[in-house]
Amino acid sequence: MEILSNLALGFGVALSPFTLFLAVCGCFLGTIIGALPGLGPSNGVAILIPITFTMGLDATSALVLMTSVYYGAMYGGRISSILLNIPGDEPALMTTLDGYPMAKQGRAGDALVLSGVASFVGAFLATIGLMLLAPSLARVAFLFGPAEYFALYLLAFCTLGGMASNNQAKSALAACLGLGIAMIGVDSSSGLPRLTGGNLHLYDGIDFLVAIVGLFAIAEVFFFIESHGKGSSIGVKLGKVSIPWKDILVSKWTMLRASGVGFIAGILPGAGASLGSFLAYMSEKSLAGEEGKFGTGVPKGVAAPEAGNNAAAGGALVPMLTLGVPGSGTTAVLLALLVTLNITPGPTLFSDRPEVVWGLIAALLIANIVLLLMNVPMVKMFVRVLEVPAWVLLPGVTMVSFVGIFSLSGSYFDLLLMIGFGILGYVLRKLDIPTVPVILGILLGGNMEDALRRAMTLSDGDVTFLFSSPIAVGLWIAAIAGFVAPMFLRNILRKPQRVTD
Amino acid sequence: MASDRIFGLVALITAVAYIAAATQIQTNFFSGEFLPKLFPLMIGGVAAICSLVMVFRPDPEPDWPAAGSWINMALAVVVLAVYAVMLSPLGFILPTAIAAGILSYQISPRAMPAMLSGIGLSLGLFVLFKFALGLGNIVAYRIPTPEKLWEAFAILIPFVGS
Repeated sequence: MEILSNLALGFGVALSPFTLFLAVCGCFLGTIIGALPGLGPSNGVAILIPITFTMGLDATSALVLMTSVYYGAMYGGRISSILLNIPGDEPALMTTLDGYPMAKQGRAGDALVLSGVASFVGAFLATIGLMLLAPSLARVAFLFGPAEYFALYLLAFCTLGGMASNNQAKSALAACLGLGIAMIGVDSSSGLPRLTGGNLHLYDGIDFLVAIVGLFAIAEVFFFIESHGKGSSIGVKLGKVSIPWKDILVSKWTMLRASGVGFIAGILPGAGASLGSFLAYMSEKSLAGEEGKFGTGVPKGVAAPEAGNNAAAGGALVPMLTLGVPGSGTTAVLLALLVTLNITPGPTLFSDRPEVVWGLIAALLIANIVLLLMNVPMVKMFVRVLEVPAWVLLPGVTMVSFVGIFSLSGSYFDLLLMIGFGILGYVLRKLDIPTVPVILGILLGGNMEDALRRAMTLSDGDVTFLFSSPIAVGLWIAAIAGFVAPMFLRNILRKPQRVTD
Repeated sequence: MASDRIFGLVALITAVAYIAAATQIQTNFFSGEFLPKLFPLMIGGVAAICSLVMVFRPDPEPDWPAAGSWINMALAVVVLAVYAVMLSPLGFILPTAIAAGILSYQISPRAMPAMLSGIGLSLGLFVLFKFALGLGNIVAYRIPTPEKLWEAFAILIPFVGS
């Protein structure tokens, strides 16, 4: 019953007309951001953070707005996957496998509505899971000392590297790059600058928003210049949109199972939504077997990855809120938002600031319902958004990024740094080096080092202290297994490639 | 193959330089002698191992763009860098219109739509940011002195190398 009273508190915070208005705006904006190819949830939210900041919203309103954008982007990602065969974001890749063939059969409208419903089921169940699981995990998190936190951060980087990329060395290198960048700046304990090369601009360290916007949004511009914006026009006609009750009923169990799988994948620190949609699709595919005809445009193949992906998005909030360890690139950005709003995620958040946590959860539930209402009848309008040509869209995104970053500090240095990160992002993506570990490294580097230092100070430099508790040992084992196991599983669990026509 | 090896080598050199820089980190009584160096050294070490793996076990070559695209992208970088330093001395509207127009032209090389989208974006975004979102530090236009302009450009000159 504690949950219900907490939830009532949350709805009390989130149900004011102004926050509702923000939720609707956020959902709308988020769906557009998710739908546009090249603007995923991470960079969409990242670009908006500085702008929210200057709007002078209070903590709860800003959180409501950004989480609605986050959930909205997760919904929107499916639109370009189904209609263009271009995933609007990384987790939507799996949706292209069956969504695009289904659209080519002339059932684009059905696929869009079905995936919208699947998204709703996934996200709704995951939010309920979050409500049930997060408070108890927060109690466990009180047992975490510096040694456990260090191992937990390591686990995040290892699973991220293990699951989300094709080459362990490359993702570990990316994590090191991010962690290395995080070390730059004035050291908190000595008050002396570290690794700044004497550059005064670097004394404050490198703002991760600069890195995120550079690595994602600016790098995207280079990709579009390379391809001259080809492949971003709609190849499939969208006919009349009606609700395909039959398909929804056929795939109801698929949605439920996929939500469960996705939620668990989302909870794993570092694994995130891509893994959620991948596992959900693969498990449904093997359950259905040969007769399932996965990959040819079957409803179950559309429902599974969308439910999984949105459930993972909710699941990823569990470690982010209770432990301060984000489960994906986008939750990393949300963590960044919390930190800029002066809210420290972690076990104490649940006891000290219940109105923030439960307000957030209530906002998620509201956002979900708004999104379902918005995405089913109004799907045609979002499809129209895809008709914005790349030669207007990309310069627009670039200019918004510049203004966003410029409004952070008003200095040219951050802008130049952002361009540098854009070039880096282009090269890294060309070489198949994942960029999410870089972001996570920059964001978590400081905390990870603090944990290590505190552990070393407590134990007077004894390294075995890091393995001194059962929780820490368990996390170390999980980290090593998460890093090594995919090397052997890679041949069995090959990532399906995009369908080409 | 070659790209991974080259990148691995660059990463290795960077990692070694990082380790070297980490050993030089200044410490004082409050921080202890070793703790500020420990984590950077660990990062450098892991990065060095990873880059060695990249050098010796490279992935297949990615498909790099043709020479023309490289020139286009380099031009885009220059445009963005100049835009970054000109935003303060010239204000928002003029640099944005030019930069957005050039980027638009690079994505789809048609002069008229590119020019229109540059002007449209610059005016539209200015109105949005200034009046709808209230971003105070965005200024429509400034008329700079030649010294101010030169100062802004001079920022880029030492930056070319780094």
